[in-house]
Amino acid sequence: MFNLLTSSNVFFFALILWLLGAFGSLVLRRNDQVANWWGNFFAIFGAIAALTASLPVLISGPVFSFSIASSLPLVSLSFNVDKLSAFFIFVISLIAFFTSVYALSYIKQYYRHYNIGALGFFYNIFLVGMVMVVSASNVLFFLIVWEIMSLSSYFLVIFENKEKDNVKAGSLYFIMTHLGTAFIALAFLLLYRATGFLDFGAIKENIGVATPLVKNIIFILAFIGFGTKAGIIPFHIWLPSAHPAAPSYVSALMSGVMIKTGIYMFIRIFMDVMPDAPLWWGVVILIFGATSSLLGVLYALTEHDIKKLLAYHSIENIGIILMGLGGSLVFWSLNMMPLAILGLVAALFHTLNHAIFKSLLFMGAGSVISATHTRNMEEYGGLIKYMPQTAFFFLIGSMAISALPPFNGFFSEWLTFQSLFAGVGALDVSVRWVFVLAAGSLAFTGGLAAMCFVKAFGAVFLARPRNEEVCHATESGITPRISMAALAALTLIIGFSAGPTANILSGVVNDLCIFHSSQPAFYSTALTVGLRNNFASVSMPLILISILVALAFTFFIVSFITRNKKIKIGATWDCGTALDSRMEITSTGFARAVISIFRGVLMPTKQVSVEYRDEDMRYFQKTETVELGVHDIYQSHFYQPIYLFIIKVSEQVKRIQSGNVNMYILYILIILMALLLIVNI
Amino acid sequence: MSLILWTMQLVIVPALSPLSIGIVRKIKAKFQNRIGASIFQPYRDLWKILHKDEVISEDASWIFKFAPYLIFSVTVILGASIPIFTAVFSENLLSDLLVMIYLIAFGTFFLALAGMDVGSAFGGFGSSREMTVAALTEGGLMFSLLALAFSGHSTNLFVIAGTVSSLPLLSLSPIFLAFGAFIIALLAETARFPFDNPATHLELTMIHEAMILEYSGKRLALIEWAAANKFLIFLALGANLFFPWGISLSTNLIDILFALAVFLIKILILCLFVAVLESSIAKFRFFRLPDLLFTSFILSMIAISLII
Repeated sequence: MFNLLTSSNVFFFALILWLLGAFGSLVLRRNDQVANWWGNFFAIFGAIAALTASLPVLISGPVFSFSIASSLPLVSLSFNVDKLSAFFIFVISLIAFFTSVYALSYIKQYYRHYNIGALGFFYNIFLVGMVMVVSASNVLFFLIVWEIMSLSSYFLVIFENKEKDNVKAGSLYFIMTHLGTAFIALAFLLLYRATGFLDFGAIKENIGVATPLVKNIIFILAFIGFGTKAGIIPFHIWLPSAHPAAPSYVSALMSGVMIKTGIYMFIRIFMDVMPDAPLWWGVVILIFGATSSLLGVLYALTEHDIKKLLAYHSIENIGIILMGLGGSLVFWSLNMMPLAILGLVAALFHTLNHAIFKSLLFMGAGSVISATHTRNMEEYGGLIKYMPQTAFFFLIGSMAISALPPFNGFFSEWLTFQSLFAGVGALDVSVRWVFVLAAGSLAFTGGLAAMCFVKAFGAVFLARPRNEEVCHATESGITPRISMAALAALTLIIGFSAGPTANILSGVVNDLCIFHSSQPAFYSTALTVGLRNNFASVSMPLILISILVALAFTFFIVSFITRNKKIKIGATWDCGTALDSRMEITSTGFARAVISIFRGVLMPTKQVSVEYRDEDMRYFQKTETVELGVHDIYQSHFYQPIYLFIIKVSEQVKRIQSGNVNMYILYILIILMALLLIVNI
Repeated sequence: MSLILWTMQLVIVPALSPLSIGIVRKIKAKFQNRIGASIFQPYRDLWKILHKDEVISEDASWIFKFAPYLIFSVTVILGASIPIFTAVFSENLLSDLLVMIYLIAFGTFFLALAGMDVGSAFGGFGSSREMTVAALTEGGLMFSLLALAFSGHSTNLFVIAGTVSSLPLLSLSPIFLAFGAFIIALLAETARFPFDNPATHLELTMIHEAMILEYSGKRLALIEWAAANKFLIFLALGANLFFPWGISLSTNLIDILFALAVFLIKILILCLFVAVLESSIAKFRFFRLPDLLFTSFILSMIAISLII
């Protein structure tokens, strides 16, 4: 009996459960309630199975792989789950578990409006796709499952298709993700051409024959291709529009884990399949990471759509992950293995952390949106009184993403900082400056992220309601609250057990061939994590405990001293005018100072239109409208020129289509002669 | 002995912080040709407002009520984990540079939330300004201390104090650059001129005072005390990290008494410096502040490039 419970069987079982969930909910689509329960319960069971399959591999590391021969040439359904894959399967199924629990009551709002069966189908297929992406070991098979993941997520993005904006966002996502896939396919074709194999393992063994030039081209292609999925600036333009369009728990999955598949492939290709990375690969990744994180948080500050704000924060956090990864590649190319492990552990740790707190925040946002029916933060306010529990969980998520100790976000940023500091201390002058600037960008990112979440939490939950809808808001259902509570607890638990978690992650990194015989540059015990050269150390449990103890002492002493004092409830001081919601600061107003300061980068726009009472005698205004926005420089400076160029080339190419049959025969003749000539040579 | 030292370490910042505020106020009064209140007035103020009844806005949520306790606790923890009179606590796991900076951010985060909670126009703008300044200060603050960390080969604040005090004088010039950067960060973080005016309630200019406008009674006392703590913490960091001479490297009683005396003198000098600065320059316009903060960041970058 127990022989059957090997990781690989359980893994297969998880895939089958998800597929059952997918097709079952499609069959049961006539009844919304049943379709919802069927789809999500199978998603939950599948996630539990995938968790149990990945945990043993993650901790003790029996790699499992199997392949199913198929009748198609070159394609074999081959999986290979090593520790790295197991880690990503773990993260995906962990988040999938909580989003599926959340979905059980969240989906109720779609009953009778949308097709719940289709939602369950694409959702489960999406999960299957993601898990297979991080475990596929054949190039063509990988492209197929990558496409399954992309397409199913596209259908999830346009699920609420009665709103035109969502369909438009979906189209942008569709185009961008396929552009990315085109680059990936090119990179893989080059890999195949250089080595003659389609299997990642075989490619790895034969990569030695590839010239550096080919490898560099593959790097660029793969960087653009997977970078598009990960949402690196400037390939990010689909992300802020696609993530908000999807149902919130799907946004949580997309932001929390789907974009991480890009990170997984970065690690798989640049550090496993194509070893011997030159120095500049790491430097490029580091620079893109630093820019993405700083620009991501700045754009997040300009947003007043709560889900777009969170989507921009995903770009920021992908930037932070890339800083760890890029630093690791640089160290590795300089043969400083201990530091390379430090950087990669930082990247993986932040991957895990970001998955947890970002999905928590998206779920919180989803609950708020379904209670108030708007995504516009200017229309919220005071929700903490109507949805106290959601507010509390959202606050925990905000603190974790702002890297405040003792939550988990702080620890992974601490590790990333240490890897950057080590680079500043240990490297040559030219590379050192990249590390200094990256550390500086991370420092400013941390501060601005805290500001952005003060803005988000304050505008959504604090002060007085700015809209009637808010006053009718009620706390979300029981399953959303359970999964938010669990994720909120996880941010604290992972923060508390940072040492053991870092140990497991350094096991994952050690499992990669190149790091087999290296020690990490840090030590970790249950109490502390520190660098072996005594440069720095941190104790996450101690931070939590000392904050709790200090709080308790302060509270009891102050309460004792002031035990006879009364507390009176009064109105907020308003300078004697009538107090209304327009006196509160808006999210736009909150961030306006920062936008003005960074106007060189953000290019804010302001349009004022005034209507006068008398057009000839322009003294008395009737109305004045001010529209604030941020100029999309990527659209106008990057994508628009490319688009215009392609149109122009197509116009030229169109000329050969004369419509004259004789001309076409001439073309055929020319091509035939050319081919004959080539064959003869 | 070490227990006594620990208690001293824990108590000294909250105990002396109102005094440092009192001293600055006294010196400023002298500059304005006033006699000024006694330097112990801040203690009496704290005691007085601690014993008053409280008025809380009906719009306030638990964040507003909880924030003062948290902000005060964080400053007490910070006060206990920075070098005050001795560098022997290098085993202290909380005195990491990044932990310190992010704990400061923790306090600021809740202060800004509390400012927005009551929904007054002042609180919101105070929070917005505070977070803008805090976000832009973080780079300069971290990098100025990082310059020291690279010369001390550790980010532990006690180790930095210990090693910098034994460096040869010649190697100190970049540290002075970093000190310049740190002073700018200090003024920004502790809401002093030219960033903020601690003595005003004019809505156009105030930052810190705007956020805490709705507080009264014991919670106001805690917030005021926490602000004083933060001021003393920054002074102590400036005094003991950049000029650590006189800090005790052992647990010898005479050494420690001497170190305490030196610490008080150094704090007095820094108080004098802040008071002179506040009496001699005007507050900057808000949109001029980023220039100053970026100057702080660039100064510390130069310091780092000279050190490594």
